[in-house]
Amino acid sequence: MGARTAMLSIEDLQARVDGKPILNGLTLEVGAGEVHAIMGPNGSGKSTLAYVLAGRPGYEVTGGRVLFEGRDLITLAPEERARAGLFLGFQYPVEIPGVNNVYLLKAAVNAARKARGQPEVDAFEVLGLVREKMALMRMEDSFLSRGVNEGFSGGEKKRNEILQMLVLEPRLAILDETDSGLDIDALKVVAAGVNSQRSPERACVLVTHYQRLLEYVAPDFVHVLVRGRIAKSGDRSLALELERRGYDWVAGEAA
Amino acid sequence: MSENAKQLEQLLGRGYQHGFVTEIDSDTVPPGLDEDMVRLISHKKQEPAFLTEWRLKALRHWLTMKEPHWAHLKVAPIDYQSISYYSAPRSKKDGPKSLAEVDPKLLETYAKLGVPLHERARLAGVAVDAVFDSVSVATTFKERLAAAGVVFCPFSEAVRTHPQLIEQYLGSVVPYTDNFFATLNSAVFTDGSFVYVPKGVRCPMELSTYFRINALNTGQFERTLIIADVGSYVSYLEGCSAPQRDENQLHAAVVELVALEDAYIKYSTVQNWYPGDADGRGGIYNFVTKRGDCRGRNSHISWTQVETGSAITWKYPSCVLRGEGSIGEFYSVATVNNHQQADTGTKMIHIGRDTRSTIVSKGISAGHGQNTYRGLVKILPSAHGARNFTQCDSLLMGGQCGAHTFPYVEAKNPTATVEHEASTSKISDEQLFYCLSRGITAEDAVNMIVSGFCKSVFKELPMEFAVEAQNLLAVSLEGAVG
Repeated sequence: MGARTAMLSIEDLQARVDGKPILNGLTLEVGAGEVHAIMGPNGSGKSTLAYVLAGRPGYEVTGGRVLFEGRDLITLAPEERARAGLFLGFQYPVEIPGVNNVYLLKAAVNAARKARGQPEVDAFEVLGLVREKMALMRMEDSFLSRGVNEGFSGGEKKRNEILQMLVLEPRLAILDETDSGLDIDALKVVAAGVNSQRSPERACVLVTHYQRLLEYVAPDFVHVLVRGRIAKSGDRSLALELERRGYDWVAGEAA
Repeated sequence: MSENAKQLEQLLGRGYQHGFVTEIDSDTVPPGLDEDMVRLISHKKQEPAFLTEWRLKALRHWLTMKEPHWAHLKVAPIDYQSISYYSAPRSKKDGPKSLAEVDPKLLETYAKLGVPLHERARLAGVAVDAVFDSVSVATTFKERLAAAGVVFCPFSEAVRTHPQLIEQYLGSVVPYTDNFFATLNSAVFTDGSFVYVPKGVRCPMELSTYFRINALNTGQFERTLIIADVGSYVSYLEGCSAPQRDENQLHAAVVELVALEDAYIKYSTVQNWYPGDADGRGGIYNFVTKRGDCRGRNSHISWTQVETGSAITWKYPSCVLRGEGSIGEFYSVATVNNHQQADTGTKMIHIGRDTRSTIVSKGISAGHGQNTYRGLVKILPSAHGARNFTQCDSLLMGGQCGAHTFPYVEAKNPTATVEHEASTSKISDEQLFYCLSRGITAEDAVNMIVSGFCKSVFKELPMEFAVEAQNLLAVSLEGAVG
């Protein structure tokens, strides 16, 4: 991977949940401008990796090191990680009844701006930004008056995650199975959203079980996670090979 | 320690913000309650004989009554003979003719509380009848209201200027025999607010009263009477805060609303009395009787309350739906934190045909708080086609608090429709983490989630009150989720 400087550098990361080790020495580097796909069988630790990086309570780091733009990520509180430019797109976004979508976004945008020493923006500015991104995500106006994920279908929730990502413009987006449960049209919309934010300054980690999403969002690297470790890395063709041969093939090699 | 953690710590350490005591020369009578005391209060207030007699009847009845204990509350014994039943700021004696004559200490107190007096009041478009320990000190906007024919003044003034209205309506909604605390209030009430809106008049501004308990050991017994004549409209705002102190203070107010044919009264309360410290010491005992009477066709009374303060709250703003097609509404947010207790709800008494009532109750419990919703929907045989909708939602924060719901329904007319929905939820770790992962602090996230929970009640409040209510809620729940 040569001379590039890593945006995210994970070194021998170990983590456990409820006392059970899930990540067992995971090493991964993500450079600016890159899209990485993390694949792997159920229970291999994909979602755990996403949660550990976002700082979810209960996901205990027991060893290793994570640097995000040179900062020790693990010592930061979840909200500080977000303000530093890390975004987690949830696999199952939670509903927050009565809290308006735009209100949440305004609070999030201003939390990040405040951390950067920028003046806060008002509701109208946020609304303008949200409307622009909503068009890209093909979301209806009624979304603006609804509560956060309140009564949303599975597809709407996933679109909302991508919308939030587009509004917040994170340096690094980690999308946890954003493709699961989407029909083909919704998948294309979500993929267009992800592609729209690709740039040399930003990076993306796609956690996915199937290579379907990768047909629309071309990854620079594909990694296979087995028992909490990267068992194999490659380019886009690795995803296709996995589709053909199944995960057992890699798992067998890794054992 | 990170900057964020420091801020959080400061927030958590912030005590009750309105906790200060104004040093002022009070004209306070010695503690104790008997007929002489009632006569003394009535005499000090230069009341007509009918009122003195009415007070005495109330006292005699009260002496036969027992303190009620049916509510889901733990109340330390109250010694009614150790309470001083009258306290008036001295400067009132000669009667201030203008703000310049008002004790500057009082004005300072109002400034700290943010009461919009004088110019500030005009800018805010709010008329304020500020009650400072029992006696009203300043009333603004009287002229503008007078031009519309609206009477808005301290109760004691109305006794002098509109005795016929007082005699006709006082006790006509809450009779002096009604209940222990209302009866006590009838005997010893000192002041409060009076509003009369004449026929067909839409009151040109929101009427607002700030109540404040100040002198040590002085029980507060406000009496408020609002009369909306045929086809009139009035919106009344009641906001409260009290200085911090260690002893429990009894507060037993009575509010009576009378809405005649096609009249609409909207009564909003934000209650922020001292709730006691984190261990439950001190705090106000708030035993209030609030009732509205929809007397004519299509009368409409709407209660909205946000209860964040007091050590104990015992309060059931109710509607008697007498007139055909009349409407009663109750929107409530009650918050308990630390060791606060609240037993609150409403009674909707359907008497007339096609009467309708709506009840929306949001209870929030944190710390060791105990929150009870108690409601009665009573449909009398005469109430053909009556309808009620009740929604009770509880939100729990932490594992040591409690939420209880006692909805009573007595339907004696088969054509009536009564609907009830209830839910209990917790602020989940998932909701909290979702907000954190968007860069929002835990405190802001909790406030956001709680505000969302209360949205259907907050939208009933006048705009400036809704903002105040959200801020109050944020302060009262500080530290509830770590």
